[in-house]
Amino acid sequence: MQLNAIDENLLKTIADLHGIPQGAFNIRKNGQALARSSTETITIEPKQDKPGINIRIAPGTVNQSVHIPVIITESGINDVVYNTFEIGAGSDVLIVAGCGIHNPSEATSQHDGIHEFFVRTGARIRYVEKHYGEGGGTGERILNPVTILHLEEGAYAELELVQVKGVHHTFRRTEVHVGPRAHLLMNERLLTHEEQTAESEIHVHLEGDGSAGEILSRSVAKGHSKQVFRAELIGYGKCKGHVACDSIIMDQARIQALPALIANSSEAELTHEAAIGRLAGDQIAKLMTFGLTEQEAVDTLLAGYLK
Amino acid sequence: MLRLQNISVQVTTENEPLAILRDVNLEFKPGCFYAITGPNGGGKTTVARAIAGIIPVSNGRILLDGEDITSLNITERARLGIRYAFQNPPRFKGIEVSTFLRLAAGDDTEAKTLRRTLRQVGLCPEEYLHRMVDTGLSGGEMKRLEVASALLGAKRVVILDEPEAGVDLWGFEELVRVVSQSHREHPDRITIVISHSERFITQADELIVMAEGQVQSQGRLADVRTTLMEELNCRWRKQCQLEEDEDAVECHR
Repeated sequence: MQLNAIDENLLKTIADLHGIPQGAFNIRKNGQALARSSTETITIEPKQDKPGINIRIAPGTVNQSVHIPVIITESGINDVVYNTFEIGAGSDVLIVAGCGIHNPSEATSQHDGIHEFFVRTGARIRYVEKHYGEGGGTGERILNPVTILHLEEGAYAELELVQVKGVHHTFRRTEVHVGPRAHLLMNERLLTHEEQTAESEIHVHLEGDGSAGEILSRSVAKGHSKQVFRAELIGYGKCKGHVACDSIIMDQARIQALPALIANSSEAELTHEAAIGRLAGDQIAKLMTFGLTEQEAVDTLLAGYLK
Repeated sequence: MLRLQNISVQVTTENEPLAILRDVNLEFKPGCFYAITGPNGGGKTTVARAIAGIIPVSNGRILLDGEDITSLNITERARLGIRYAFQNPPRFKGIEVSTFLRLAAGDDTEAKTLRRTLRQVGLCPEEYLHRMVDTGLSGGEMKRLEVASALLGAKRVVILDEPEAGVDLWGFEELVRVVSQSHREHPDRITIVISHSERFITQADELIVMAEGQVQSQGRLADVRTTLMEELNCRWRKQCQLEEDEDAVECHR
């Protein structure tokens, strides 16, 4: 199997991969499996009824990673894929997904990845998903990910959902069911520019005693781009949840931040905070007194903010 | 030599022009340590921000070694060797102390230099290098870091705006020592400290007393003592007497 320079650059950007990875992986290119590898404890198999794969991680698997990047280098592709993850009890794994689109022409390229995770009792996962678009054509690059997690008792999930840049439109939907004593930490980072639009809808159900969820979203909107952020924390029973959305707005961009708290029990402790603001003049001035130009100062501030 | 000639700064508040600096003339000689003091709102910080290029002047010229820098922006002045440590240092989300110091000192600065500078201002490098320069740092820690960033590198002009504010009593002596030492290590440097602290004031080769947007007096401590102790004292007292209830009187110094 051959990877060209464009493939390699996309893989590096979205999954920090240099060539074909070790261990378990599945690389999908232009709607087809390009390479796949299972290990003793992690099996990856294609679904029989629809496009996508089943990833099964055996109970007790620790310190292992799975890479399942998707790259699209052709125009006019509309790729829908269903991936299901079974994370065995007591395991501790890193899952790196992500999608990179290189679209050089006029037709739209789109990828809708629907990911569902069953994180069994006491298992821990860190899930990293990066989205990135490039290519000089007028064709749009669209990514509509759906991420659904079921955290069983005592499970822990850390999500890092990032849109690097170059995605024209995105509608991201994240739904998490947090069981008793399970814990969710979700970090979202989003950058939009030019005429892009991004909408993120998050529903976190804190369903058991001792369940906890934290949603931290940071975004930057530049140019004429538009962002809508809706995050709903729904508490049942004795649970704890916090949602924070923090945005930097620039140029002629528009941002809506709508955090919502729904308590169905007097024992639910739910809090939220939201802030939208410009870069502070003092921050830019401070970095300029170090000899950075105004543009370098802004770039440094945004890079830090979205890290 | 850094020279301020007939500097005026005006801002517009509620459509009324307000003069913050009025015809300020100052000369700072290489190798000399200056302290600017005087009541709040007297124009000290505006002088510093005008030198750094953060605030535009409405009239007058600023010259650095004969070169007119009045029209240069902040970046250009920084590259000529002017460094300004803010009175209220801004915080940065997602930027580590080590990154911040490298931005101040240049990418090629050795790690040990960063560590030494942090240690000098009383911040343990082990503990602080990987901390974020955000709300996790206290006001005093931010001020120490700000002083550290200002002292890194061979700058021609270093301006510290109330470096002692928020720094605990124990750290203060050390801070005075570090600032003086850094000044001595750079024989041609102009160091300007805006301060209300006697320790800094007595360190200075020359003292500048500012009030109401003007230089009230300038010279060695003995020369300006009258202005400091009597004239300004009187002005403060008048403000105190405006308060009706004596118990509510605040110190305006």
